[in-house]
Amino acid sequence: MAEASIPVGSTTAGSIAVAAESTVATRMSAPPSYDVADFPVPHGREEEWRFTPLERLRGLHDGTAIATGDGVRVEVEAPQGVTVETVGRDDARIGKAGTPVDRVAAQAYSAFEKASVITVPKETVLDEPVRIAVHGEGGTAFGHQVIELKPFAEAVVVIDHTGDGVLAANVDYLIGDGAKLTVVSIQDWDEKAVHVGQHNALVGRDASFKSVVVTFGGDVVRLHPRVAYAATGGEAQLFGLYFTDKGQHQEHRLLVDHNQPHNTSNVAYKGALQGDEAHAVWIGDVLIRAAAEGTDTYELNRNLVLTDGARVDSVPNLEIETGEIAGAGHASATGRFDDEQLFYLMARGIPAAEARRLVVRGFFAELVQQIGLPDVQERLIEKIEAELEASL
Amino acid sequence: MATLEIRDLHVSVEADNATKEILKGVDLTVKQGETHAIMGPNGSGKSTLAYSLAGHPKYTITSGTVTLDGEDVLEMSVDERARAGVFLAMQYPVEVPGVSVSNFLRTSATAIRGEAPKLRTWVKEVKESMERLNMDPSFAERNVNEGFSGGEKKRHEILQLELLKPKIAILDETDSGLDVDALRIVSEGVNRVRESGETGTLLITHYTRILRYIKPDHVHVFAGGRIAESGGPELADKLEAEGYEAYTKGGTAQ
Repeated sequence: MAEASIPVGSTTAGSIAVAAESTVATRMSAPPSYDVADFPVPHGREEEWRFTPLERLRGLHDGTAIATGDGVRVEVEAPQGVTVETVGRDDARIGKAGTPVDRVAAQAYSAFEKASVITVPKETVLDEPVRIAVHGEGGTAFGHQVIELKPFAEAVVVIDHTGDGVLAANVDYLIGDGAKLTVVSIQDWDEKAVHVGQHNALVGRDASFKSVVVTFGGDVVRLHPRVAYAATGGEAQLFGLYFTDKGQHQEHRLLVDHNQPHNTSNVAYKGALQGDEAHAVWIGDVLIRAAAEGTDTYELNRNLVLTDGARVDSVPNLEIETGEIAGAGHASATGRFDDEQLFYLMARGIPAAEARRLVVRGFFAELVQQIGLPDVQERLIEKIEAELEASL
Repeated sequence: MATLEIRDLHVSVEADNATKEILKGVDLTVKQGETHAIMGPNGSGKSTLAYSLAGHPKYTITSGTVTLDGEDVLEMSVDERARAGVFLAMQYPVEVPGVSVSNFLRTSATAIRGEAPKLRTWVKEVKESMERLNMDPSFAERNVNEGFSGGEKKRHEILQLELLKPKIAILDETDSGLDVDALRIVSEGVNRVRESGETGTLLITHYTRILRYIKPDHVHVFAGGRIAESGGPELADKLEAEGYEAYTKGGTAQ
């Protein structure tokens, strides 16, 4: 797909909307808060809710969702040296990486009873990932996790969401000076699951944060990956991959807040869609504050629409308050795989199913390679193939 | 020897809720090693013939037969036709997002040849073919037809022709939109395939210009959905001098 810059307008299948009139600062209808009562119940016309099917949130947005005892099971498998704790609401580490920015994130914050805190000690380099299995048992749950890397620690964390359930949960990543954290969050839910959450990363001095968000399943998945910097010299890479099927709503709303000078960020999200009413939303906000001299940032969103009836809303937004930056850019494009493309490939002897696989694999290949974790990469490719098989 | 036989082919399309017959009884035999030029005015049905032979779903065959070495081509799916040896170089090659030229060529060659080409010889084969067509090596890493110029698209079609070595090559207005240099390079590629003697070529064109580079054995004038006249290369000279007027005046072509 060519780089496209499509003017403001309503979206249709396979097109993109660029909401140039809205800004990072103005798009939220209430200021961030830990208290759900500070947010009015959304009606769907608010900037931050206008793409989301509220009626499918199972009450997470209006206070009617109540936690059930057996909602969601969380199991942590951590290598030696890692501390895994279950703590109460008053633990000082909770909420340090960021404040809830919408009503559901605040609802999760106001309603969770116990949080899990995973700590990698100073200068500890893990040679095995920390694996967190979040398995929905059909109930409703509110959760909070904190993952903290002390200075110069290095870790890979894989959070795997499966099963069925209604989950509103936030995750804080506290990345100490010189530390390196890679997090892979996989949303491989059953088809009825609803998952809403905010991921806050606070990147320390000279620290490195890589986030890979992979969303395949669920009825509604709406995530806010957000990054801010504690000092200078930090690097954030936010990669995402989604495969939105018939009837699914998958929404990724990113914010990189360049609140400190001399940090870098790179955002790349790619999604494929197939089937009626498959709906993917990507909001990519980058804010470069007046103090953030020397910032270097780029964000990209690509969508591949495989069938008619799917819809993409892609809204990149870059807000720059200082001219003293190293670089800033964004790109968003949506392409279609259509009957003419299929004909072209088949006219070269390639069977229809293989043609579709070729296109989708090619589309995701570059991004998958950047994950850098062979077992995760393999699983993603298998999953993509399975999604395609199911549709043929 | 491979032979494509088209007998009394009638083809229609659906347009504006009406069925419109475009091909009205085409008869043509193309043998391996032969080159047939099909020339005709716009709207005469030349491209419809090309796409019908390749199996584009937009076109409905209402009667007639097409066989390749006795096998019923019309019964085959698009990919089966290609694997049977029918190749269509398209007038408007399609962009395919996410698929690199190198991946596309290898997947296609694997499908057509029935096994994956050995990597080392394949890389060499592609590289040499690209060099002969004046294509930069970086071309292989670009997505299929994405952002290609008109000339690049046509060279890419001929690159596929050279690599896939079909029994029957249908070139649909491969000359359109090319400057003289590009026309020469593309024609040389077609000639290399012709000189192998393994391929029968059906060269569809509006203009006689390409026939200075590619010498046909047979020339057919296409008008009103069928072949109006057939002859040798001298027929092209007559068209060059007189145009298509004699075939369209009061005729059935639109």
